[in-house]
Amino acid sequence: MSPIPGADDILARYPVKRSALMPLLHAVQERDGYVTEAAMEEVAEQIGLTSAEVLGVCSFYSMFKRTPQGKLLVSVCTSVSCMVNGGEELHAALRERYADDPEVTVEEVECLAADDGAPVMQVNYGFHERMTPETAERIVEDYKAGRLTPRSISGTTPPGGTP
Amino acid sequence: MTATETRIVTKRLRERPDDSWTLAAVQQTGGYDALRKALSMEPAAIAEEVKASGLRGRGGAGFPTATKWSFLPAGIEPRYLVVNSDEAEPSTFKDRMLIERDPHQLVEGIAIASFALGVHHAFVYVRGEFALGAERLTKAVAEARADGLVGPDMCGSGFDLDITIHRGAGAYICGEETALLNSLEGDRGMPRIRPPFPAIAGLYAKPTVVNNVETISTLPGIITMGGEAYGALGVERSRGSRIFSLSGNVNRPGNYELELGLTFRQLIDDFGGGLKGPGPVKFFIPGGASSQWLTDEHLDVPLDMDLVTQKYGVMLGSGAVMVYNQDVCPVRVALRLAKFFAHESCGKCTPCREGTGWIQKVLYRIEHGEGRDTDLDLLLDVGDNISPGLNAPFTQTTICPLGPSAVSAVVSLNKFFRDDVARHVKEGACRAA
Repeated sequence: MSPIPGADDILARYPVKRSALMPLLHAVQERDGYVTEAAMEEVAEQIGLTSAEVLGVCSFYSMFKRTPQGKLLVSVCTSVSCMVNGGEELHAALRERYADDPEVTVEEVECLAADDGAPVMQVNYGFHERMTPETAERIVEDYKAGRLTPRSISGTTPPGGTP
Repeated sequence: MTATETRIVTKRLRERPDDSWTLAAVQQTGGYDALRKALSMEPAAIAEEVKASGLRGRGGAGFPTATKWSFLPAGIEPRYLVVNSDEAEPSTFKDRMLIERDPHQLVEGIAIASFALGVHHAFVYVRGEFALGAERLTKAVAEARADGLVGPDMCGSGFDLDITIHRGAGAYICGEETALLNSLEGDRGMPRIRPPFPAIAGLYAKPTVVNNVETISTLPGIITMGGEAYGALGVERSRGSRIFSLSGNVNRPGNYELELGLTFRQLIDDFGGGLKGPGPVKFFIPGGASSQWLTDEHLDVPLDMDLVTQKYGVMLGSGAVMVYNQDVCPVRVALRLAKFFAHESCGKCTPCREGTGWIQKVLYRIEHGEGRDTDLDLLLDVGDNISPGLNAPFTQTTICPLGPSAVSAVVSLNKFFRDDVARHVKEGACRAA
């Protein structure tokens, strides 16, 4: 099995091994597109936990996906500031538009801390503000066509690679 | 007279909007001068400056920072500083701005606090969704380390400091400091019973200070201008300036750093360009989603952390102010907030785990025309099981304040919008929908 990318660097950041659990889950998600059962076992072995313990942590956090995702994760905020500025309509439009597109996963999320740009969406954790259904679709299509470079599925890798 | 911003923690990012996060901009604007000044002082003298400044935590609870620091027991090593950058309180967006736009200011603040506290390893817990913020902060730490500003023998002081940037993965509860510590230790983010408080047994059961991003980012400004000068700003026990995140139905939503003691009306009119849409203000949420609400008759209340709680039963909390016009249905807002709290309840305490779900379900049926005459009483009863007495400051049957926070909207509906709720029930629908 291939080693978890960056595992040694991650482990070196913490005085206690278990703190590396979440960063390692991010790392395997980046590598595999989501957190597979095999990857959870790998992480468990790396830090000396059972795979059940890893699942217990993994399943607590909404960014760790345990089923295959589209290459593009479109997260639309519908919280209160976005709601009064069209966030729910934006979410509904994108969900319908990409319902049958395996490359794009649309999800509804809580406040993304960008209320001054409401309504807001993230594509692979990159922010896009003051969206309409039309501008949002154009942006997703730009990502699909390679005109925009997305971050990785866990958001770590910036466009153009690590600085 | 129109009020103006007080730019202390937002100084660099306002003056250098195009490159405030770069090392070059930081070096050209006095970056790390405050750290060098602090390193020439005794650690205890730094804490004295913070005490003189009157700085209180900018994350939500408003606890005096110097007092929090003073709880660390002497002589126990290692000890840790953990910076809370898990900003997820709906409508709060100041910490994200600070880490994206001025990450070096936070690194400098961390170094100052660590030196004052005798901490050699600091952590920043960054909300998982803040990809750019985590990236810029990681880069800032690496740059500062390469320049010898932090790391081993920082600034030639003989003091060693490691800084670890840790990304979360999507859980509002991790903004609560003990849940954050559990998460940082690689566990589910569930709150711990206190005592022991983190100052005694925090990260890895060692003495730990947990401070908010804005709190720590303010330290370079306080050291530069002096604690007394900073503390000369403000009103009563709300000293200095802080960032208010203004959003909702206003013409110019945004982050504004204001001297404490100005009024909500000044924030909304002078900075936010006034209400957008039909007036007057129907209601506003003064301190993040966890706070109870106020209405247009409270617009002249000053931004004073203690006064708003003692006199009006609300809080300045995280500094987020959400404003709503006459077109917005208060039941719809309460429902959306209830959905948030039900989703984010960690499930550890029964009153919160069950109660937040009940509040959401009952509000849903009111908003969607299925409400009953007794529903408001039912909501208050559920709320009373989470926060007995429904008072502010609240009591709680839960370990952490998430449960009581979920009750705020219900109490506010009962206080100001009984007629709106009754009309939903009578007409069998939401008029705004």
